[in-house]
Formats: sequence, structure tokens, C-alpha cells
Amino acid sequence: MRNTPEILIVEDDPQIRRFLRATLAAEGYRFHEAETAEEAISQAAARQPDLILLDLGLPDLDGLEVIRRVRATSSTPIVVLSARGREQDKIDALDSGADDFVGKPFGVGELLARMRASLRRAATIGEGGTATVFCTAGVEVDLDKRTVRKEGAEVHLTPIEFHLLQVLIRHAGKVITQRQLLVEVWGPQHSDQAQYLRVYMAQLRRKLETHAARPQFLLTEPGVGYRLLEV
Amino acid sequence: MVEPARPDPDQLLARVTEEARKQERGKLKIFFGASPGVGKTYAMLEAARRQRSAGRDVVAGIVETHSRSETAALLEGVDLLPSRKAELRGIEIGEFDLDGALLRRPALILVDELAHTNAPGSRHRKRWQDVLELMEAGIDVYTTLNVQHLEGVNDIVAQVTGVVVRETIPDSILDQADEIELVDLPVDELLQRLEEGKVYVAGQAELAKRNFFRPGNLIALRELALRRTADRVDAQMRLYRGDHSIQSTWPVTERLMVSIGPSPFAPRLIRAAKRMADRSGAAWVVVFVDTPQHSGASAQVKERMFSALRLAGDMGAETVTLTGSDVAETLLLYARSRNVSRIVTGKYTGPWWRRVLRGSILDHLLANSGDIEIVAISGDPDTGSPAREPSAPVRPQRWGDYGQALAVITLATGLCIFFRQTLSPVNLAMIFLLGVVIIATRASRRVALFASVLSVASFDFFCVPPYGTLAVDDSEYLITFAVMLVVGLSISSLTGRIRQQAAHAVGGEARTQALYRLTRELAGETLVFDVARKATGIMREVFGSLVVIFLPDQNGKISFWRRTTDQLSVPQTEEGIAQWVFDHGKKAGRGMDTLPGASALYLPLQGSQKTLAVIAIPAEGTELPASPEQQHLLELFASQTGLAIERVQTTAAVRDAQLQVETEQMRSSLLSAVSHDLRTPLATITGAASSLLIQGGQMSAETRSQLLESIAQEADRLSRLVNNLLEMTRLESGAVELKRDWHPLEEVVGAALTRLDGLLKGRAISTNIPEDLPLLSVDDVLLEQLFLNLLENATRYTPPGTPIRIAARAQNDGVMIEIADSGPGFAPGEEKLIWEKFYRGKGQGARGTGLGLAICRAIAQAHGGSIHAENRAEGGAMIRLWLPLGGKPPEAPPLAQHA
Repeated sequence: MRNTPEILIVEDDPQIRRFLRATLAAEGYRFHEAETAEEAISQAAARQPDLILLDLGLPDLDGLEVIRRVRATSSTPIVVLSARGREQDKIDALDSGADDFVGKPFGVGELLARMRASLRRAATIGEGGTATVFCTAGVEVDLDKRTVRKEGAEVHLTPIEFHLLQVLIRHAGKVITQRQLLVEVWGPQHSDQAQYLRVYMAQLRRKLETHAARPQFLLTEPGVGYRLLEV
Repeated sequence: MVEPARPDPDQLLARVTEEARKQERGKLKIFFGASPGVGKTYAMLEAARRQRSAGRDVVAGIVETHSRSETAALLEGVDLLPSRKAELRGIEIGEFDLDGALLRRPALILVDELAHTNAPGSRHRKRWQDVLELMEAGIDVYTTLNVQHLEGVNDIVAQVTGVVVRETIPDSILDQADEIELVDLPVDELLQRLEEGKVYVAGQAELAKRNFFRPGNLIALRELALRRTADRVDAQMRLYRGDHSIQSTWPVTERLMVSIGPSPFAPRLIRAAKRMADRSGAAWVVVFVDTPQHSGASAQVKERMFSALRLAGDMGAETVTLTGSDVAETLLLYARSRNVSRIVTGKYTGPWWRRVLRGSILDHLLANSGDIEIVAISGDPDTGSPAREPSAPVRPQRWGDYGQALAVITLATGLCIFFRQTLSPVNLAMIFLLGVVIIATRASRRVALFASVLSVASFDFFCVPPYGTLAVDDSEYLITFAVMLVVGLSISSLTGRIRQQAAHAVGGEARTQALYRLTRELAGETLVFDVARKATGIMREVFGSLVVIFLPDQNGKISFWRRTTDQLSVPQTEEGIAQWVFDHGKKAGRGMDTLPGASALYLPLQGSQKTLAVIAIPAEGTELPASPEQQHLLELFASQTGLAIERVQTTAAVRDAQLQVETEQMRSSLLSAVSHDLRTPLATITGAASSLLIQGGQMSAETRSQLLESIAQEADRLSRLVNNLLEMTRLESGAVELKRDWHPLEEVVGAALTRLDGLLKGRAISTNIPEDLPLLSVDDVLLEQLFLNLLENATRYTPPGTPIRIAARAQNDGVMIEIADSGPGFAPGEEKLIWEKFYRGKGQGARGTGLGLAICRAIAQAHGGSIHAENRAEGGAMIRLWLPLGGKPPEAPPLAQHA
């Protein structure tokens, strides 16, 4: 395990590249740069970076293509940079295998937080060990015993609610699209019945959140999906 | 009657526009002669050569050299337009190729024989129409014409020479000519040329030729030609004088009125009047008075009437159809209203007794004309006294009517035989008269006549001694017979007339009704196509024939696809005809002078400025427009429809213009707002960044971080503005398609609150969203945007730390959401203004983009919802947002048991 993670920046705009460079250097990350999709694919294969920061709008190929090519050979976390308001792009990227996205324009704080989360997740999977107990915002989930406690008091969840929570915990910190959730919990044939998912999410929030309308960790990314926040 | 005056400004203006029109049009020069053989073609070619050597592009459209070498020699070096092959009675002949000429577009074209009649299948029936089209296309034309072909002198020529000339042209063509060159040859020389065989006369037998070229004829024709030319020179002189006010006299325009009836003598009357009008330079009106009697006239008579009016129109007269039951009275009334100084009418040609009984129109005119001159012109001896046309019965005659008459008279006879011992014969006669009256009121005039005669006969036979014979003892009974007959006939004639008048009135009423209905129904339409379609339907009902309206596209192209009926009832090949009619604004097709071979009649639908569409009346199942009144009504319909279409177009244009003005206003206000809002943060960013770059080394850490902070803040503001602008543009352009799906309101509100976590810090946010609130079919991304904007706005205009409440409840098939704050509330009147673009609240720290709430409203409206603002009674502002459920919410999840 290297101490300082190596990042591949895939971005065609020189100004943004410059600012990313400065930010990553200040955080102590090592980095490489790619301006085109082709360069990105070859560098990803050659250097095996710990994380890829990918801009979707590239001059030669669609950024989605880069995700698919990289995913074909490796599970390197990919964080996508995309313009706000283009929800379908985000969904496509996530469904193609991206781990997370940051909407442009973005603040450095948000970007670094997403990168850290992705790196951490990759590291846990890499270790092979999965924590059996997950804690956040006063909620404690024991995945082995299938118990959930909120502020110490046991909360009863239906099998589907628990399954849903389980999937969210597995992807904790990153966005998971509605389609991915539906496929994992209900099976591929139900991938277009998002309203059921929303109803279950609402129930889950009412059981686990203090204020369902001001959620602390079961967050909604409108138009894209859900994110379980590790607090 | 002569008043010293300056040139009438209206007349001057009319002439200026006339001249302006002439400048764009090609010029027409006519080589005018008295008879064939005077050398018109030769003179034309010589003139053409001069033009050619002056460098003009001269083309010989069609020139008859009659294989004479000296004429042919002049043609050398002149471009010859290939002639168009046409077929006349099975023989192939060369016709003038109008389309070829229009395509070639020379500066000057030579078209011989102006009075020529084109072969069937040509676009126009007559060559002069070709010439007019050439001129309209801006091409100058040289042409030749003999005096006997002029419509106005046609009957004089026939009188003088005994030869009826069939190929005539309207005199107005001569008047339209820019130049007339008289080609004159003394009669002796012409005769000599004839002897030498230098004169070619087409299609005339040797004998006819001899007859025509008699010195007497030629002298008369020469005089006609010279006089016609002199008339024109005179007119030019008058014009010149008027122009330059050389003498301060300007003749008060005289107006001449011609009254025509349905007699075959009408054309002669029209020609005579035309000559009279020309000589005195008067304007002339041809008037036909449509009386109840005429409505029963046969189709043949109507057609004659129609063509007489058309002839008058062609000769430059104003034509008017008046309706009235008394011809003389109607004429005089109209004459007075138009300041007519002279009325021209025909002499009475009917039977003497009718004149004695009713008096002729002429007598009435003379008796009541006052200071209006009356001119009577005698009937034409050649055509004989105009035969009285049998007037078509109002009701078709049926043999049954005769049977009924017979039955009534038989009944009367029976009664008389029964009472002849008790009643005096005078009273018996009354019974017969009663019978005649009964018959006259029901049957036609003829049947009534039959009944009158029959009743006199049977009265004599059965009721007048000696009974059983027609002989009469007492000759006094002859008076009874005569009176019976006269009374019977009078009654039958009177009732017949009353019936005709009633029918006429009904017809007029129906026409008025139809027109009223058209105007009323078209008034409600707002689309050109709907107007045309409705008009088509009404015309079809009124005229009982198929009618199609073709509309042009934006480029003025007529396509049969843009029509108002489902079925195309004219051949697709006639699209070009419709296009021609549209382009030229003239009628064409069946029954017209232009393209008479077409299967349908095409009329332009005129607006006040231009042609708007084309009406086609296919031949199938109709003889429309048969009569002048039908034709008149059709034209009324067309003009009403035209007006309606124009109204719709004008309304649309006004609306477009208004929209454009509004858009323009919006754009400029947007531009000024946006440029200000974009520049301010940019100025801060540029200034702070460059200052850091250049002087950063000398700055304290605190100053540096202050500058950096303002860069970050202003960049954030800029980003918000750009986002809002993009969002607004997207919403307004209609490019946003709602991605509706069923969402719990709680989730959308929750997402917005999470995103604004930083901004809401330190405020008490209470949410009251019931768990059982139905799902909403909404676009969650847009709805989140709406809440973001509302909440952002609330934080901007309320003091920090004050609470914000969000509550929702089901209401009216939807959900009512209330967002309340405890700030200062809205200034009076602001509740509505805040939803407008670029309106900024007057509260402190007003640094928004002025778009946020406008976006909220656009999003709410896109969802079919509504949004309002108000001040709360307990202080603070409240926004009420109502959103419809957007359909039937889905069932509870059926998948609960699945896992």
C-alpha cells in the first residue's frame, strides 16, 4: 500500500487542470494528466492510478467510453466531473461504472471529500474485510445479526427495508442510481419502477432519521439516486 | 359649365400613378393601318432595325412576311423566337411562344397581327392578351393592327364594307399603347399594290377580296383609321394641356350612362355609346336594371346579358347592375346619384299595343328626366327587330295544370247550367271569372289564358241564348265576352307578375341571407385555412357546385395540396393555371378568355393589396357562373372571403408585431440587467485576483484571505446567476420536457434543505409534511430547484436566525405547500411583482439575480400548478404553492413480499 495515492486527471481545459494540479499537490497527492480520452485509457492501463478524475466532455471520445474501457480491466475508482443540470449524464456515468460525481462548478472541499470517500472504499474492498457493523448519526447497523439500533433503541425493519439499507451501506459515501438499487434489491425486471423505491426510502427515513424532511445521512440526489452519508 | 381651375389634384395623382405603372411596364407601340397591304409589318421591321442598331436586344416573336422578299430581308440579323407548334383543326401551325418569349426576356419583341386569335390550347384566347402579359413582364412590344379589328368601330366597318370582322380587340388596348404610328397609304397606291399582287390577305376568297378592296371601302376605312388616330392625338393634346395648365380650363367630366336590356341589340348600343363617350371625353357607365321579369328569363337571354356587360367592361366602361321593379325610375335615381348628364338608351321595339298599355321605358325616361339629356338609338336593321325572347315560366308547365283548369271551368259551367234559369247571365259571367281568378293564382300565365278563352267560349255556349251554339242573339253579349276576356287576361298577367316579384324578392333575400351568413361565420375564424374552408362549404351550399380554394405558401406558390376540400376535383396538371391566376390576379380557365380549355374556372381571391388565394370551380355538375347575378354573387363571396382572410392575416401580423415588441423589450431589459449583474462580480474577481498576483507579496495574510474570500463569493454569485439564466432560458424556450415521476414531497423538500444546509445554519426550520400525503407526479429536479430558490429567497430577505416554516396538506386533487418566514414581509403591491423577471425586492441586502422567483413561477406553471405570495397577519411573508397530483397515484408497492 502506497502512502500517497496516485491520481489521474483527465480534463481538456488547461485552466481547470492547473487548478486541480495545485489542489492535489497541496493535499500531497501524486498525479498525472491526460487531455484526451485515448491518452486517458492508455495512462490508466500503464500507470494503474489509485483514482481517476474524469471530465465527461472530452474532445475525442465520450467520457462514458473511457469509463467502460477502464472498467473492463480494473476497478480503479472513478470520480466524474460534470456540469450541473445534466442529470442523465450523471446517471449514465454511474451506471457505466463511475463511483461518484462532482457537479461543476465545484468547491475544493467537496471534491476532496468525494475523492477521500472513494479511495477509502477502494481500500476496504482491497483489504477484503468488510466491517460487519456500520455506524452513522446515532444509527448502528449490525449486518451479521441483521439488527438496527437508533439511539440505542432497536428499530424493526421489514426484509426489503433491511436489504435496501444493506446495499446503501455497501456503497456508503457514493451515489447509487435508482436503477442500481432497484436491480440489487428487487431484481433486474423491476428496474423501471422507481416510485416503489421512493416509498421504501421514505419509510426507511421515517424509521431512522430524526426529521424525515431534513435527512442527515439518507440523502437524495434529485434526478439521479441516493447516497448514504458516513458521518 | 367650364370653370377655371387648377388641374384636379386627384386626377394628377391618378396620372402620376398611371405613369409610374407605365414605367415599370413594357412600352407598347402599335403600327396602325387602315387595311391590309399598307405596309405595317414593313414599317415595324424598319423601326426594329433602328432599335437594334441603337444596341437594343430585339427579338422577332412572330412576324408574317407573307413570303415577300423585301420584308424578309429586313428580318435578317434579327433574332427569331422559335414558334410553338399548335394544332388547329388537325393542321399543325406555328403559334407565338409566349413562355419562350418570357424566358428569353428581350428588351423589345416584335409581335405581328395584334388581333390574331390563338389556336385552342394556348394560354390566352387572343394575342393581345399575350402582348399585355409581355408588357407586364417589362418587355417592350412592337405590334401591328388594322382599324377594322377595333371593337369600337366593328359595327361601322360591318355597315360600310359588308364584311363582319370576327377578330376584334378592345379599344382600351389602343388607349394603353404608348405610341401609335399610323401607316398610311393613299387608296390609289394601295389598289395598285393589290394589282401587283403585293398584298396578301389571309383566308379570304378572291371574290371577298374584291368586295373588300373596293375604293369606297378603302376610303371609309382610311377615314376611320385617320379619325381614330386623330382622336388619340386630340386626347394627348388635352392631357398635355391639363398637365401644364396652358389654358386655365379644365372640363368638368361629363358622365354618360347607357341603359341596356336583354335584347341582342345591346352590344350595338354599347359601341355607339363608347364612340359618343370617346368623342366628348366623358366617363361612361353601362347599367343593367334587373327587374322581376328578368329573373324568369331563359338561360340564353341571361348569357347574352352577361356577355354584353362583359363587352362593356372590356371597352372600358364601368358596369353596374341595379335591382328595381321600375326600370326608368331606377335608372333616373341612379343617374342623379352619379351626376350623369346624358342617358343613352335603345328605341322601343316591342309591339305597339304594349307600348300603349304600359308605356315604354323611353317614354318614362323622357317624362321624368328633368335636365338629363336622353339619347335614343334605333335598333339594328341587320339583326332585325330584336325578337322577343320567350320568358321562361316561373313554374314549369305541366299538363296537369291544364287538366285542373279544365276541371275548374267545367265545374263553373255546371254551376251556370244549374243556375241559368234563376240568375241573370251577368252574374253567371262572374262565376266564370271566379274560376279564372282561381286558376290564375295557381297556374302559369298560359294556363290562365287558356282558362279565360275557355270560360268565354263555354259561357257563350251554355249560358247565352241560344244555348248550345256559339251564336249570340243579343250583340250586347259581345261586350260581356270582351270584358271577360280582358279581365281574365289582366288577372292572369297581374298574378303572374306578382308571383315573379315574390320569387325575385325571395331570391334577393336568399342572396342577402347567404352573404350575411358568410360574413358572420367567417368573422369567428382565426386561421386563414379555417376561413377558406368555411367559405368553401358555404359557397358550395349556395351555388350548389363544387368549389375549392387553393392557398399559397409563404413564397407565394400555389400548391394543390394546400386546398380546402378533401377531394381534389380538378386535374393536378392545372396547378400552373391556378399559379398564373394567383400571380396575375386575373380570372382564367373554363369560359374565360385565358386558358379556356381548362376543366375548371379559376378566380383570384383578392384582398385590398394583393391576391390572397385562388378559387376553383370545377366543371362537374355545374354551369356556374351562368347568370350575371350568380357571377355577381360569386364575386361578392370571393371579395368577402378575401376580406376575411386579410383580416385574419392582419390580426396575426399585429399579434406577431406585438410579441416582437414585447420580446424586444424583454431582451433589452434582460441585457441591461444581465450585463450589470455579470460585470459587477467579474470586476471584483478580476480586480482582487490581479491585485493578489501583483502585490500579493507585500500584503498581510489577513488582507490576502479577505481578497480571496471576495473572489470565492463573487464567483459563487456569478455561478448562481449563470445557472438561473440558463434555467430561465430553458424553461422559457419550452425546451424543458418535464420528467414526471411519482415522488414523495418530503423527499424533494429534504433534498433542497440538505443542499442549503450551510445557508440555513442557525435558523429553526420546521417542516410539517403529513406521512399520508399522496405522492406527486413531478419533475423532482425542477421541483427541488423551485424549493431551493424559494428558500434562498427567504434567507436573503429575512434577518439571520429567524425561523422558516414549511407545511403541506392535500387540497383539491393536489397538494398545497406553504412556506412562511418571520421577516418584514412584502411591500404593498410587491406580492405580484416579485414573480416578474428582474424584479428585485426592496429589502436589505437585495443582491439576487431577479430571476429566482420567476423561475419558481415558470416551474409551478409547467407542472400545472400555481404560486402566490402574501403577507401573514402575524407578520412575515408567506408563499403558497399548489401542485396538482398529476394523475392517479400508483397502488401501494406490490413488491413488499418479494424479498
